[in-house]
Amino acid sequence: MSNYINHALFGWYPYLCLTVFLVGSVVRFDREQYTWKAGSSQFLRRNQLRWGSNLFHVGILMIFAGHFVGLLTPIWVFDALGVAHSAKQMLAIAAGGFAGSLCLVGIILLAHRRLADPRISSTSSFSDTAILLLLLAQLLLGLSTIIVSLGHLDGHEMVKFMTWAQGTLTLQGDAWKQVVDVNPVFKAHLALGMTIFLVFPFTRLVHVWSAPVWYLGRSGYQVVRARGGSAAAYAREPRP
Amino acid sequence: MSLFLDRLTFFRRSREPFAGGHGVTTTEDRRWEDGYRKRWQHDKIVRSTHGVNCTGSCSWKVYVKGGIVTWETQQTDYPRTRPDLPNHEPRGCARGASYSWYLYSGNRVKYPLVRSRLIKLWREARATRTPVAAWASIVDDKTKRSSYMRVRGHGGFVRATWDEVNEIIAAANAYTAKKYGPDRVIGFSPIPAMSMVSYAAGARYLSLLGGVCLSFYDWYCDLPPSSPQTWGEQTDVPESADWYNAGFIILWGSNVPQTRTPDAHFYTEARYRGAKSAVICPDYSEASKFGDIWLSVKQGTDAAVAMAMGHVILKEFHVDRNVPYFTDYVKRYTDMPMLVRLVEQDGKLVPERFLRASDLDGALGEANNPEWKTLAFDARSHELVAPNGSVGFRWGEKGRWNLEARASTGVETDLVLSMKDRDHEMVDVAFPYFGNIDHDHFAGTNHDSVLSRRIPATRIAATGGPTLVTTVYDLLLANYGVDRGFGGGGVAMGHDENMPYTPAWAEAISGVSRDKIIQVAREFADNAERTNGRSMIIIGAGTNHWFHSDMNYRGVINMLALCGCIGKSGGGWSHYVGQEKLRPQSGWIPLTFALDWGRPSRQMNGTSFFYAHTDQWRYETLRPKELLSPTAPAGAWDDTMIDYNVRAERMGWLPSAPQLETNPLSVAKAAKEAGLEPKDYVAASLKSGALKLSCEDPDNPVNWPRNMFVWRSNLLGSSGKGHEYFLKHLLGTSHGVLGKDLGEEGRARPAEVAWHDTAPEGKLDLLVTLDFRMSTTCMYSDIVLPTATWYEKDDLNTSDMHPFIHPLSAAIDPVWEARTDWEIYKGIARAFSKVAPDVLGVEQDVVLTPIMHDSPGEIAQPFDVKDWKKGDIEPVPGRTMPAVTVVERDYPNLYKRFTSLGPLMDKIGNGGKGMNWDTRHEVEFLRRLNGTVTEEGTTKGLAKIDTAIDACEVILSLAPETNGEVAVKAWESLGTFTGREHTQLAVPKEDEKIRFRDIVAQPRKIISSPIWSGLESDKVCYNAGYTNVHELIPWRTLTGRQQLYQDHLWMRAFGESLCIYRPPVDMRTIKPVINQHSNGEKQIVLNFVTPHQKWGIHSTYTDNLLMLTLSRGGPIVWISENDARKAGIVDNDWIEAYNTNGALVARAVVSQRVKDGMCMMYHAQEKIVNMPGSETTGRRGGIHNSVTRVVLKPTHMIGGYAQQSYGFNYYGTIGTNRDEFVIVRKLSKVDWLEGPFDENAPKGPKPRMQAAE
Repeated sequence: MSNYINHALFGWYPYLCLTVFLVGSVVRFDREQYTWKAGSSQFLRRNQLRWGSNLFHVGILMIFAGHFVGLLTPIWVFDALGVAHSAKQMLAIAAGGFAGSLCLVGIILLAHRRLADPRISSTSSFSDTAILLLLLAQLLLGLSTIIVSLGHLDGHEMVKFMTWAQGTLTLQGDAWKQVVDVNPVFKAHLALGMTIFLVFPFTRLVHVWSAPVWYLGRSGYQVVRARGGSAAAYAREPRP
Repeated sequence: MSLFLDRLTFFRRSREPFAGGHGVTTTEDRRWEDGYRKRWQHDKIVRSTHGVNCTGSCSWKVYVKGGIVTWETQQTDYPRTRPDLPNHEPRGCARGASYSWYLYSGNRVKYPLVRSRLIKLWREARATRTPVAAWASIVDDKTKRSSYMRVRGHGGFVRATWDEVNEIIAAANAYTAKKYGPDRVIGFSPIPAMSMVSYAAGARYLSLLGGVCLSFYDWYCDLPPSSPQTWGEQTDVPESADWYNAGFIILWGSNVPQTRTPDAHFYTEARYRGAKSAVICPDYSEASKFGDIWLSVKQGTDAAVAMAMGHVILKEFHVDRNVPYFTDYVKRYTDMPMLVRLVEQDGKLVPERFLRASDLDGALGEANNPEWKTLAFDARSHELVAPNGSVGFRWGEKGRWNLEARASTGVETDLVLSMKDRDHEMVDVAFPYFGNIDHDHFAGTNHDSVLSRRIPATRIAATGGPTLVTTVYDLLLANYGVDRGFGGGGVAMGHDENMPYTPAWAEAISGVSRDKIIQVAREFADNAERTNGRSMIIIGAGTNHWFHSDMNYRGVINMLALCGCIGKSGGGWSHYVGQEKLRPQSGWIPLTFALDWGRPSRQMNGTSFFYAHTDQWRYETLRPKELLSPTAPAGAWDDTMIDYNVRAERMGWLPSAPQLETNPLSVAKAAKEAGLEPKDYVAASLKSGALKLSCEDPDNPVNWPRNMFVWRSNLLGSSGKGHEYFLKHLLGTSHGVLGKDLGEEGRARPAEVAWHDTAPEGKLDLLVTLDFRMSTTCMYSDIVLPTATWYEKDDLNTSDMHPFIHPLSAAIDPVWEARTDWEIYKGIARAFSKVAPDVLGVEQDVVLTPIMHDSPGEIAQPFDVKDWKKGDIEPVPGRTMPAVTVVERDYPNLYKRFTSLGPLMDKIGNGGKGMNWDTRHEVEFLRRLNGTVTEEGTTKGLAKIDTAIDACEVILSLAPETNGEVAVKAWESLGTFTGREHTQLAVPKEDEKIRFRDIVAQPRKIISSPIWSGLESDKVCYNAGYTNVHELIPWRTLTGRQQLYQDHLWMRAFGESLCIYRPPVDMRTIKPVINQHSNGEKQIVLNFVTPHQKWGIHSTYTDNLLMLTLSRGGPIVWISENDARKAGIVDNDWIEAYNTNGALVARAVVSQRVKDGMCMMYHAQEKIVNMPGSETTGRRGGIHNSVTRVVLKPTHMIGGYAQQSYGFNYYGTIGTNRDEFVIVRKLSKVDWLEGPFDENAPKGPKPRMQAAE
């Protein structure tokens, strides 16, 4: 793979994806409030959803947490904590493999349901089906990296990805060089992952932003929303 | 500015806790709430209603948002009632609330559709031919005709343009009129009160053409012939508000909360006010729980219970103790004091006809119509008198047709009720008894077929020698088996004696315990005694749809008459089955039947028409002889049902359509050539056989109905009794008829009707349906026209149930390519006027009309039945045979006539129910209101009827109910008949003129008019018979009174001169098939009853997603737990019900509410929703009418005899269907019949059974 492609794909593409991801989400939130939804099809059919949706969500949340912590925690933190790279690699393979398996079962159930159930398939938009298949593909790629990783359990490849991710986020122009020579499976996984960020604002994935995590820490059982609401908004728009 | 940025309020987040931290006040953005606010915002609200056959006429607010109808809610601005009466609102039900779904649903008919095979043939033929010639080339070619006919119901529609379909229809009509006669063009549309202008549109087109409108009320079996028999009135009933005035209400076979939902609140309110209520119905219905007492009667035996209650009332309130109010009432307002001749027959005395003035020497001085004046004894003078009011006084003289207690001489009278109160002798009289007939499923008793009972009678000197006479009162008491101490047999010594018609006897027949019967009868009469008649019976389809419904109804009517309840506020007979009161009727009739251009129009009774033309007569299993009374006068009473109908048609009793084998457009010319008046020519030619009535050979291609319009109706998915016969014979498509016809069975064939060994399959050349939804009927049609919904057109709507006239108004224009019915028929008329001159010009059309009720001709045949064909009498048009009139048809100007108010309204005037009044003032008013035709031609200067609103204004201006000035004229007209002053009832409203925009603003109360028997005033609610009782206007019967004794020869022959109990008839539809079609499942035979439903109004709404969601979402049949267990059926199983008529499939609802031995299928569940195939017929499901077949009853054919004369939707044969039984079993395999249509499959049933073993 030429340097140009590597540079474009792992040097510039991340910024394109992140920009579209963030700006796109904000724009959609501002302009298309009625489309800001999870788009659940539970109303149409419940079968397969209990297992499919739960396995998928549990799995993917674990994977997301693993990637987030694994990629973005500075290497010196692990070193300071005395976690060996090889141990972290083993943990990533074991936890990722487990979560990935859960997620895979879940997503296969969901994909089958979405494609095979006439009631669901005919009410699905292109993006509903496409994002599901993208996630499935990404998951399969991720799981297949485990096989590659078993070849270098010392964790040195993993350090490259951490460096790349952290370098990219801290705007270090040559971070892309870290991943020039990794296995193509990893490269595909990275590229597709960034693409998911790219399409994120155009799909039902936006519901991730609105996951009602605040609800867990709520105070008060009776919520009174004062008239006038967000003062700024109401000051500008006279009520009918 | 930005929803996102506005949320970023890190420095101003204020969350103030309260209630110890259990609550919190936030200031978060609330703009999301606007989404919900906007959900209920709208641009405008338009008043409309649902033009569906539910008698509701509820006022609805229709909401429009962005040009889209979004939803509807109930209006609450009805004019207030008087202080002591609850208001009418809210009116409406869940079905109406779901209506807006239809407008934009997939089921909406959006474009003109036509069968693709037909349009291909048409385009090919049209390329080289004129429209009429093109049509001829298709239908005269058997292969071409059959190619599109045989696929009816199997899909294959394509879109076409309005111009093209209008031309096809016009060409078909013109060709049919030219070749066979315009009376081969038939129209079916029911219940004009649902949407009067829509009905009028089609009927006006057909009437200008010379086509035929079919009646519906009798066909739907909503007409109780007992009403015309007793009162000379189609049906007239109290408005629902009057329930509130009742002290005791019986609900009899009527399920008010379920089927009269908008009115049910008055029932509840009456109960709060303290009224007591009994509910009589077999199942534990929604109404049953309202009752203080529930009588679970065996279905079909209601007459037994009514007779037993009548027995208790007579015994305890008329004989043992005499209630002065009751006695006075029956003396003044019923025929009970009238004298009936007793004649000897087979050694026994039997009651014969009423004694008439003409029976006496000198006819009591009555020169006018003495043979139509009934007689009674006067207690003051002890002389025979002709009391005022009998039908003889109505016609040919003025001023004595009233119910004043006077003789015709003017002296006051006090009529003798019983012969025992004067010189008399005791005689034994024979009464027929039918309760001993064997029936597999109905209990009987073993009493003799002839019951002899002793009554007082008097011998009088009559022209023909001494004649024994007695009163109806004496006959009635004897008929009920009431002991009066006269000795003799056949009377009951107590209620516990099993003797017809005691409570103990009724218990054996109906399964209702005698104690309950006695209790309800006593409380009913006791309340009537204390309140002067405020006891009411609300009666419904449950009792009316039986072959012998007359008996159920007359049993109930007798109870009401005996207790003086008819015509009393809070009392009376509340028959609510299908009738929507067409309140501005007499303004509507001229518009609808084009009486402004030609009179009369062609009308036909639907039941006899369909019986003949769907060839159901070829499968008849019931013989008239089986129905005959053991006391029947001598005569040839054999033959078949259709023979009786043919005789009735040729004697001028019932109408005919098609009428003559010869094209009626050619008859006038032939008469002219013969040098005769058309009517004389027709009479002579019928006698000589040169002309033949079509009814004598309905299977001859020249007598087939050729074109048919169906609009505002789902004939094939709902009311078409004998559905599979319709498919087989009328439409010629695949069907599921399982039985064999008379020829194949080798049974006796009709004597009067030609028999063809091979029955025709496919009589109609063209079936056109107008609908807004793709109904079952649309699926079977050749052309489907998309019509406006009830939210897209301007029209009028009225109801029995409240006194208001209500609009339908266009909230939006018709969507897609839909048009209103008025515009559709206008378009067809325009196309017709363009196409017709090819073959038709101004033509003379010879029209046959039966002897009509409420016309001077109704007193045509006073005594015996005389058939001119048998040489009994000469054929005299309008007297012994149908009347003959020549009507001019101006075919090239049909469109111009359609859109203007013709000159006959000026020349002849208007009227109704025998009255006439001048209408020039109203016509002039319409010229100014609607404008005049400016275009040169035959209609220049006439008032325009261009838009539907113009048509509404014509109706409203001409009708006394909506134009006070006309009301005064109408009451004046009535006054000349009665010799009494009535105008005070309308004078205060003389200047009130209701216009279309008025009712759009708010529903308006109608003005009291003599067209109806109730008053609408500040003091009383509308109640039927009110003006008869309070204004002394006679009922329009032979005796002028409520007539409990029917003396026509055929009534006596079939044993129904007095009310009796008759068990349901045996339709014989089970045995030929029960062992022929095994699918390995257990079978059970159940009575098949078809009540009105909860999730639809007839078939409307049954394909509505909202209603489907509330119900099980497809066809269902209710079965009792015990029956289900016997057949191994569990709830929600797919089952099949079949008999010789065909088969249907549905899911079983297994419920304790249902009585053992019967199954209930809510009628008219659409065949197009969730309907698998039947294993027995191999056809898709079937509708409830797939297992029914209609049977005629001779007594309903009587004509030319005062109240028993024909009237459109007033009298005639009725389409009963509840005597039917079905074989019910589980489906062994649910087959959805997926797959392509097999062109070459046979059209008959093709079983898809899994081999049983």
